[in-house]
Amino acid sequence: MSGPAIEVEQLVREFKKGPRAVDGIDLAVQPGEIYGFLGPNGAGKSTTVLMLTTLLPPTSGCARVGGYDIVKDGAHVRASIGAALQEAALDAILTGREHLKLQATLQGMPKAQREQRGQELLERVGLTEAADRRVGGYSGGMKRRLDLALALVHSPRILFLDEPTTGLDLQSRSALWEEVSRLAREEGMTVFLTTQYLEEADALADRVGIIDHGHIVAEGTPAQLKGEIGSPTVEVVPADPTIGDTLAERLEGFGKLVRNGNGAVTVQLPGGESQLAEIVRALDQAQLKVASLQLHQPSLDDVFIAKTGRKLEGAGEDEDEQH
Amino acid sequence: MSSTSGRPALAGAGSLAAAPALRSPSLFEQVGAIARRSVVRTFRQRALLVFPLLFPLILFAINGSALSAARKIPGFPDVSYRDFALAVPFLQGALFVAITAGTDLARDIQSGFFDRLALTPLRGSALLAGQLGGAVVVACVQSLVYLFVGIASGVGIASGFGGALVLLALSILIAFGFAGLGSLLALRFGTGEAVQGFFPLLFVTVFLSSSSLPRNLIKTDWFKEVATYNPVSYLIEGIRSLIITGWDGEALALGFGFALALSVLTLGFAGAAMKNRLVRT
Repeated sequence: MSGPAIEVEQLVREFKKGPRAVDGIDLAVQPGEIYGFLGPNGAGKSTTVLMLTTLLPPTSGCARVGGYDIVKDGAHVRASIGAALQEAALDAILTGREHLKLQATLQGMPKAQREQRGQELLERVGLTEAADRRVGGYSGGMKRRLDLALALVHSPRILFLDEPTTGLDLQSRSALWEEVSRLAREEGMTVFLTTQYLEEADALADRVGIIDHGHIVAEGTPAQLKGEIGSPTVEVVPADPTIGDTLAERLEGFGKLVRNGNGAVTVQLPGGESQLAEIVRALDQAQLKVASLQLHQPSLDDVFIAKTGRKLEGAGEDEDEQH
Repeated sequence: MSSTSGRPALAGAGSLAAAPALRSPSLFEQVGAIARRSVVRTFRQRALLVFPLLFPLILFAINGSALSAARKIPGFPDVSYRDFALAVPFLQGALFVAITAGTDLARDIQSGFFDRLALTPLRGSALLAGQLGGAVVVACVQSLVYLFVGIASGVGIASGFGGALVLLALSILIAFGFAGLGSLLALRFGTGEAVQGFFPLLFVTVFLSSSSLPRNLIKTDWFKEVATYNPVSYLIEGIRSLIITGWDGEALALGFGFALALSVLTLGFAGAAMKNRLVRT
């Protein structure tokens, strides 16, 4: 395969009774790269994954995955990819080993090698001892690991992971990050990973695309994106949440400002950390009591705020409430 | 992440060997894999097997004794009411098979397992045939149990051993047709609730048939009319003829004819619904 592992041009998906879930996105993912697709709930991440994995036809635009057109060469695309879609789709009645055997059979693996391949993958994801237990008794982390193993049965070159760590505890999450990272690093696998966790994108992705309302609003390496923001932010939480308006009024002269919940205000500091002292003086002069005041170095959260005017956390919920 | 093996999960193994060369799996392999899963699922969920077995047998026991006075109606076949009623559990069992097959498929759609299957080279026809293959195995077990219980309770099979085999074949064909209907409902509506919602409706069709009395003895006009137009009457009468009459060509032709028509129709529509549901590019 020469050229990008995933190449998307002006991809659109429109639903009959809904908005454009994906609205003309362009992106390219290089072989061996981990691409983090970051956005709140309902931003269009999963719809994009469904189109790229051939499970949902696009309304317009085009995309090539593994060098194959997702509309014209669906079967070849499917042969090139592995996918763990949102929420581990497993059969609670079957055992882990039976899942792998079924998957290997349906992928066309010779009978003699199915057992061995299953065992290799079970060892790889640390499920050897649980292999003959029904999946219904697995923990969330174990289900996700089995889900990953199933996606790897046929040694795909490209792996799609749709919010692979949602609902997992920190330990399970970091173990999965380690494995995904190793797949790319040691085996040259291209990984397209959707997430709504900033730290996940930051820790794993070589490059990040931020999607909001079906549009890619920013793209680059985490360092590049944070560099674009350039300046730190300070979050001021008032002691009395009702003085949020006064607080915002007082701070708006310092830089771009975002209102958070409970009267809290986040201000971007174009002049850098030195502005902090001025802010403290201004609050003191206005006799505004604060519960906390925190300085943040630029993060992907700040990038998201800068590009969309909202915090990533809760952005999806806000939209859900509006609809 | 805790590991059941006691070592840190995902920390083993090093580089994974490449998968052995893959070939296109045959339709037979695909159907076999899906059917095996379907059977394993059903046999591991005993409630799915036991209640569909018990419920028709309980009704058979109750009706066999409570409605035995029907024998006194002039024109009633000269057999025990139990002989007459044994055909009904086969139909009721087929309806349970339909609901199980439909609910299983709907659960796969709802849970995303269907999408997982869709990402493999699995053909839609193989998925449907596999699901139905599993249903047929369950129907075989059910039919054998109904037949043995019937014989153990004193029912004689007028058509003999050969007739019993034909009876099993007909009851399995009927279950196959109804399982196709269950799959159609699952593929069309995509939820287990929708499939189960149809169950009472299907069950009513058994009661609005010649399940309790021969059609010519039904005195209420509208009931007689409904029973005459209800294909379920002919399915029951096909099975019943082998038990109480012997070899009745007309009843068997109608029974097999309607069972075949049901199978062809439901499979045809289910196949089309599968194409719509399995939207892969």
